[in-house]
Amino acid sequence: MKIQLFITCLNDALFPRTGVATTEILERLGHTVEFDPRQTCCGQMHLNSGYTDEALKLAESWLDVFEGAECIVSPSGSCVANVREMFAHMGEWTQTPGLVERAQAMDGKLFELSEFLLKFGGVEELQPYFPHRVTYHPTCHGARALGLSDSPEKLLRLVEGLEFIELDQKWQCCGFGGTFSVKNADTSTAMLEDKCATIWDSEAEYCVAIDNSCLMHIGGGLKKQGKAPKVIHLAEVLASRRPE
Amino acid sequence: MSGGGIRPATSFTSAARETLKNRTLRANLGFATRTICAKRERVVDEIEDWQATRSAGAALKDHALANLEENLLLLEKQVEAAGGTVHWAATAQEAVEIVAKIARSHRISEVVKVKSITSDEIELNDSLKKQGIEAIETDLAELICQLADDSPSHILVPAIHKNREEIRQLFATKLGVEIESSEPHRLAEVARLHLREKFLTAKMAVSGANFAVASTGSIGIVESEGNGRMCLTLPDILVTIMGIEKVLPEWSDVATLMRLLPRSSTAERMNPYTSVWTGVTPGDGPQEFHLILLDNGRTNVLDDPVGRQTLRCIRCSACLNVCPVYQRVGGHAYGSVYPGPIGAILTPQLLAMADENANTLPFASSMCGACYEACPVKINIPEVLAYLRGKTHKQPVELAAFQVAYWVMSDSRRFSAALRGKRIGASVASMFGLVKGWTDSREMPEVPAESFRDWWRKRDR
Repeated sequence: MKIQLFITCLNDALFPRTGVATTEILERLGHTVEFDPRQTCCGQMHLNSGYTDEALKLAESWLDVFEGAECIVSPSGSCVANVREMFAHMGEWTQTPGLVERAQAMDGKLFELSEFLLKFGGVEELQPYFPHRVTYHPTCHGARALGLSDSPEKLLRLVEGLEFIELDQKWQCCGFGGTFSVKNADTSTAMLEDKCATIWDSEAEYCVAIDNSCLMHIGGGLKKQGKAPKVIHLAEVLASRRPE
Repeated sequence: MSGGGIRPATSFTSAARETLKNRTLRANLGFATRTICAKRERVVDEIEDWQATRSAGAALKDHALANLEENLLLLEKQVEAAGGTVHWAATAQEAVEIVAKIARSHRISEVVKVKSITSDEIELNDSLKKQGIEAIETDLAELICQLADDSPSHILVPAIHKNREEIRQLFATKLGVEIESSEPHRLAEVARLHLREKFLTAKMAVSGANFAVASTGSIGIVESEGNGRMCLTLPDILVTIMGIEKVLPEWSDVATLMRLLPRSSTAERMNPYTSVWTGVTPGDGPQEFHLILLDNGRTNVLDDPVGRQTLRCIRCSACLNVCPVYQRVGGHAYGSVYPGPIGAILTPQLLAMADENANTLPFASSMCGACYEACPVKINIPEVLAYLRGKTHKQPVELAAFQVAYWVMSDSRRFSAALRGKRIGASVASMFGLVKGWTDSREMPEVPAESFRDWWRKRDR
């Protein structure tokens, strides 16, 4: 399949390794991966912060870049949810001609990475190898808005050497929420403390998720508290191989 | 604490900063909400067509709201035909004045109350007190809040922030009773003895309403303790204050609602007491009935095509219990009788998005979506939160940061340039605007040597 990568601005700027891992996985599965450098941001940050006009324009630019693609894959549940859910909502709110239809036309073409891998299969062929104790945090937009629930755990169970540990209170939000994390930093921190405590109690070496935004927050919290577990994006776990 | 109302005294951010310091509160709330949520999941799972029932609940409320004027006029006609009197109150003040006038005309100085959040919305108790009329709460948790001179912190479980020992001490001090244990049945017995006398002597009761059925002019209350039944049947005069959005056209709508409400609120298949009355029945129950139909900002909410779904709310409080923000900050942080996710969208809209403190409420959410998942009438709370955020006034510093971010994001050449080399740090800083709020509890991520797009360009060559 010819796949257009929707890398997301955050991954592009701060987590290129996730993008590299995503590219590797898809190419090793035999797909042709493309990256259109005209892409910037889907506008989620502006929308969630109350800058609807700017978010709307970024949504339209996003559609301009991706509309022609036959298949789009992204290593972010949150950004995919923004396109899938919020573009149409913004179209309705602002009565922007054609936006709802343009957003709906993305249905069946745009996938979050784990969603794509579960739908089209083949992860076993990658022979992923990650010899560590791992727990999984189902990030809210992936689990609820995209309806993925905890299905990405199925992919982790295919990884050789990986010891999977279920996370206690896993459906609890980590407290990131974009600008919420700075606007209501005290509340966000209270949520973060509880999430970090469950990760710590799990005795996992790594906490995995499908969103680097939430992982940046969780990882930053663990590090600040001097706690050992590290965070890692699912793509990087799945791209890991046994040393030659 | 204030006596209720919907105008927050401060921003959510600073109110939450204070309530978060109270570790006992967080422990009480965490325990209580986890217990309710687990119970709720069990009773919801029993219903095979729960999702379809939610959709039916949303549809019937939308239909009722779309024909609100017609439904209200029919309700008025039917209530009056059954011997009741209907009053229309545009504002909280008008509603309070109507209640006071009724009490004064009968020379009544003490009224008993059925738990009613609508009465708290209009600050009925405090306003009546100023006119020499004492309103006595008869719901156990409301009584606890009243005795403690505290305000409710939860729609359904107003004293959720208090534990048993705190209540034992409160009753001992305020009611002058020696209580040897804080066992729930003992605490309830003390309250029962105190309240029984009030039920038997009060001449007037004030209630809210869970629903009204326009076709027959009937009003319904669902409750757990039986105090409502006492108030609705013993006094001579009954005054009901109801938000206009509570009217339903038909009884079949109530049937659907009753599949959703008890399961979502108290996590029960059916609540213990459901009382329904239609006007006045000679020789049985109150012989004078007044229905006050309260607007207090609701018409404005209805006028907004996105915000109007807020009026579907049946006050079950499921969204509070599942909310990770509510679970930690508690109800008082929202500064309104409507706390939690529903309060975050209802309060600012009732105030026409014109109250600066209330306008901080839509930001009191990490947008995790647990509220939408739990809502029995499918109010898309995260959608409304995002929409309402767009209607708030922005601080100049923040506005500038977002304008810069937009300027960068709106052009891929500018974005690519921002990601090149050392400039990456500056772009991250602009994305996270107020970095101090971040770094107090979190380390910043390590900045990579090159962006993904730079890696891709090199690889492509």
